[in-house]
Amino acid sequence: MTDALIERLDQLKEEFGDAILETEMARDMPVIVCSREKSFALLRFMKEDPAFDCNLLTDVTAVDYMKYPVKQRQRFAVVYLLHSLEHGHRFRVKVYLGMAQLNIDTVSSLWKTANWLEREVFDMYGIVFNDHPNLKRILNHIEFEGHPLRKNYPIERRQVLTINDSLMDEMEKRLVEKGLK
Amino acid sequence: MQRVNQLHPVAQDFEPEFYKDLHTDLMFLNMGPSHPASHGTLRTFVALDGETIMASVLEIGYLHRGFEKTAEHRTYDQVIPYTDRLNYVSSIMNNVGFSKTVESLIGVTVPERCQFLRVIVSELMRIVDHLVCIGANLVDIGAMTNFWYLFNKREILYDILDKLTGARLTNSFTRIGGLSRDAYEGFEKDVLHVLKEFETAVIDVLGLIKRNKIFLNRTVDVGIITPENALSYGFTGPCLRACGIPYDVRKEKPYYHYDEFKFDIPIGENGDTYDRIMVRFEEITESISIVRQALKILPKGPVNSDDKRVSLPPKSESYVNIEGLINHFKHIYEGVKVEPGEFYDCTEAANGELGFYIVSDGSGSPYRVRCRPPCFTIFSAYPDMIEGSLIADAVATLGSINIIAGELER
Repeated sequence: MTDALIERLDQLKEEFGDAILETEMARDMPVIVCSREKSFALLRFMKEDPAFDCNLLTDVTAVDYMKYPVKQRQRFAVVYLLHSLEHGHRFRVKVYLGMAQLNIDTVSSLWKTANWLEREVFDMYGIVFNDHPNLKRILNHIEFEGHPLRKNYPIERRQVLTINDSLMDEMEKRLVEKGLK
Repeated sequence: MQRVNQLHPVAQDFEPEFYKDLHTDLMFLNMGPSHPASHGTLRTFVALDGETIMASVLEIGYLHRGFEKTAEHRTYDQVIPYTDRLNYVSSIMNNVGFSKTVESLIGVTVPERCQFLRVIVSELMRIVDHLVCIGANLVDIGAMTNFWYLFNKREILYDILDKLTGARLTNSFTRIGGLSRDAYEGFEKDVLHVLKEFETAVIDVLGLIKRNKIFLNRTVDVGIITPENALSYGFTGPCLRACGIPYDVRKEKPYYHYDEFKFDIPIGENGDTYDRIMVRFEEITESISIVRQALKILPKGPVNSDDKRVSLPPKSESYVNIEGLINHFKHIYEGVKVEPGEFYDCTEAANGELGFYIVSDGSGSPYRVRCRPPCFTIFSAYPDMIEGSLIADAVATLGSINIIAGELER
């Protein structure tokens, strides 16, 4: 299993060259650090290439390394967990983002589940996903200010939130999508 | 207008004026957030044509408590009671999932007895989770009797958990490196008794619904999701297996000796509500068999790891010598020290793959905890599953995908 995975990582390095900043065989799964610009191409390749065949996007999340003792490449890292049911392998793709360019291409066109998972990352960290069909807060209230999982958001901060979301904006989009409007 | 013509061809001829204004516009309706048929506060905003749902959007977050943010400010052991509140129907499975990830991150193995006890209790929780899901789903489609047959048996297990852990619902049974306590005397006998009761419940309820015409009409071909869509939406657990994809973490990446137990992975064919209910019934039977096998080989010995990094010293040491006391104090105040690094680990919870992704900075509390809830990805497919069907079918579908708000919104 390990040899095959190392082979896969080499294959990626060959295919994407400089866009792969780092690869590592971590204890749980291989980790690939990718550049911001090439992330969509890499993830699409990993989904569609038969040697990878990552048909399940297990999770999309992010980490704020602001207070991490060891300095990382950038402040934020978007983490994709990929899984192939066919081959039984998993990969972790990390893309580092700084405050200056806090956006990354959406993968919701590849996996439908990315739609909500990316909305959650946007909600919690304020990372913008380019071309996302409906980039809106999901767990927090629409009036909520700030991004609670950032390390500089104080845990005891309270906010008064009153307005109800009519959801008509999402409904309009959905009706257009379904050809009803 | 076309639909009116199909439905009432005769009346159409007599009263054309009356039907003129029907089916000209969509009606918007909020189902929820507080609705008897939505299990938890889930808001479905639907556009209706008559009783047919043409489009729907969801709003979630009513039960968002900030589990991930809170976990960053607690020690590892203190996070465990919070994991109880994720999927509160099968709380011990969340305890096990979290503890297992932290243990993998540290690199400790828990003793054999602890592993088997975790398997036994997890499988019992899986049975209860499925009983609750099926029972509530059947109530939603009007079969009340089954609910009592299933819930009465759940009560017997809760009495056992009460004796075992001291709590009925939020058990907090595991600790990093072991369990909060060993099984009580007579635990095996009680479990064997409750397994028999579960079997009776399954036979009783299946006898009532298996050939029931109303049940079949309400569930077969309702809320279908194709295997391709299910994968794209990140389905795992019984909902994915109902589509015919035999993915189970217990088989793919066996943990806690799951590879040594004999059990099958039941799968469905159509991915409809009927399949999801029947897959759950089969899983109950498989879980009963796993618990019986585990009880047979349940080894004797300690339940807590003797690794000083993760476990509290025995009371005989912490009360008698200074090293034990310091060890105890540091463990409680500073938490279990975890090497810097990150780890993703998953277990097969009742709803699917429950994953925890933990980033550690070397201190006693996690730097980042990400809980990958199975519900969240499944619920995002809900609009696709109900559009084009009747409101009543949407209720049946919602029950069958087993959305637990505590886990969905963390």
